[in-house]
Amino acid sequence: MASALDDLYRELILDHYRRPRHRGRIEPYDAQAQGYNPLCGDDLTLWVRLEDGRVAAVGTESNGCSISQASASMMSERIVGMTLPEVEQLIGAFKGMMLQGAEPDPDLVGDLEALQGVKRYPVRIKCALLAWNTLIEAIERTRGESGGRPATSE
Amino acid sequence: MRDLRATRQDFPILQRTVRGRPLVYLDSAATSQKPLAVIEAIEGYYRTSNANIHRGIHTLGDEATEAYENARAKVARFIGAPSPRGVVFVRNTTEGINLVAYAWGRRNVRADDEIILTEMEHHSNLIPWQMLANEVGARLRFVPLAPDGTFAPEALERLLSARTRLVALPHMSNVLGTINPVRAVADLAHAAGALVVVDGAQSVPHLPVDVREMGCDFLAFSGHKMCAPTGIGVLWGREDLLEAMEPFMAGGGMIREVHWDYATWDEIPHRFEAGTPNIAGAVGLGAAVDYLEGIGMAAIRQHEVEITAYALEALRHLGDVTLYGPRDAQRRGGVVSFNVAGVHPHDLGTVLDEHGVAIRAGHHCCQPLMRKLGVPATARASFYLYNVPEEIEALVAAVQHARELFSGVRAR
Repeated sequence: MASALDDLYRELILDHYRRPRHRGRIEPYDAQAQGYNPLCGDDLTLWVRLEDGRVAAVGTESNGCSISQASASMMSERIVGMTLPEVEQLIGAFKGMMLQGAEPDPDLVGDLEALQGVKRYPVRIKCALLAWNTLIEAIERTRGESGGRPATSE
Repeated sequence: MRDLRATRQDFPILQRTVRGRPLVYLDSAATSQKPLAVIEAIEGYYRTSNANIHRGIHTLGDEATEAYENARAKVARFIGAPSPRGVVFVRNTTEGINLVAYAWGRRNVRADDEIILTEMEHHSNLIPWQMLANEVGARLRFVPLAPDGTFAPEALERLLSARTRLVALPHMSNVLGTINPVRAVADLAHAAGALVVVDGAQSVPHLPVDVREMGCDFLAFSGHKMCAPTGIGVLWGREDLLEAMEPFMAGGGMIREVHWDYATWDEIPHRFEAGTPNIAGAVGLGAAVDYLEGIGMAAIRQHEVEITAYALEALRHLGDVTLYGPRDAQRRGGVVSFNVAGVHPHDLGTVLDEHGVAIRAGHHCCQPLMRKLGVPATARASFYLYNVPEEIEALVAAVQHARELFSGVRAR
């Protein structure tokens, strides 16, 4: 029993839960997005700022379990400095790893591989994905503005 | 502790293991497990008597009809109803409440009328009334809860007025465990000219319930929380009220006479059971009533008071555990919601599952109540006749393990 739980709650995950990185709103920002998990009540707000086509800063505020919090923290740490295509490649690799059981490319996912322990607990996968789905929404919004498309009500 | 331990043998699922450990099932408020007697009754019905009811001129049709109507009569007796005519078979509590909200509510609640609920409502006893109120321009008002998760009848009295058409409340809260003073509520509401709808989802499976003693006008409950299968539930209504109500759904099996442009309705309760009903489900519910009566609802209640008191004491003893609802087990049902400092309820649920302990974690379909409690979610352990003290000990040991795993995490 200990091994399955230890695999889920690896020290790296607990560390990010205890000391989440990139917490809080950033100013200025290019896009803001909100994620909500109606089944469990977890919520997350994400802000992202781009400079020269790269993620210059990211911030999150959230309520949720250790998996959703750690996933948001690890994701934020990883994407700073990436170009948007690189971020999208990472999102694809992470979701593929979590949802399709794809073998992760270690160079791409890096220490995010630690979240694989969640796969053994199907109901918790959505916790790990909350920050990522919110990030997808935020990226779409940066495109909406830079691409000059009609603004939404935001 | 009252010895209902032998009943564990009646529930085949309790023999299984989860993640290599014996199953400790503490989620009966979500759905109960099923005794062999119920499983066999359903199987027996399909093996020997399956046919449509109130239709076929043949032996199987007669047997199926008799089995279905026998189940209705058993349910009527079980809840102290004056006759089976007031017992409408529905899918679950939610459908029962919706039936009242549509068939009674749309005809009797008008602009500026008021519907009184409590702050402990399950979404199923909130949203149907929200929709009704929004549609007709009526207002919802909420009886406030005291810090211990109870309310005194006086708190309701302050809200009642000539505008009040209806008071709808749970007999027992699915989060706090609070058992509400339904009789006093009914007397006050009736004196104000309002009707009373009771959400009995958590009480009918666990306490002796008598609609005449409660004095309510409608009572809705689900079979699956009381040892019966999913997909069968009951709305009991006062017969004079049901008689005056139009159908909620229309189709076969609920009519007397049909023409191209109009139809007349069948007698109650059939008027409210359009289409082929869940016959096997009703048979299963009848078998569940027999099973529960064989043990005795008073004995089940006594057992749950004792095991709840034991759980409350054991969890309180842990420290760093916040418990919600009344402290006194006599004032509550076998539902214990709690939070452990530094451990999110979902993490707690996962760690407990690794110990074979099944609890619920989340908002329990009570988001407004969660906001009032100031938490996004809670863990909830709930008990039934088959739970034993060793299972509380397994719960406590698993909670300890979760605390150790997350030690160093400050509650945020």
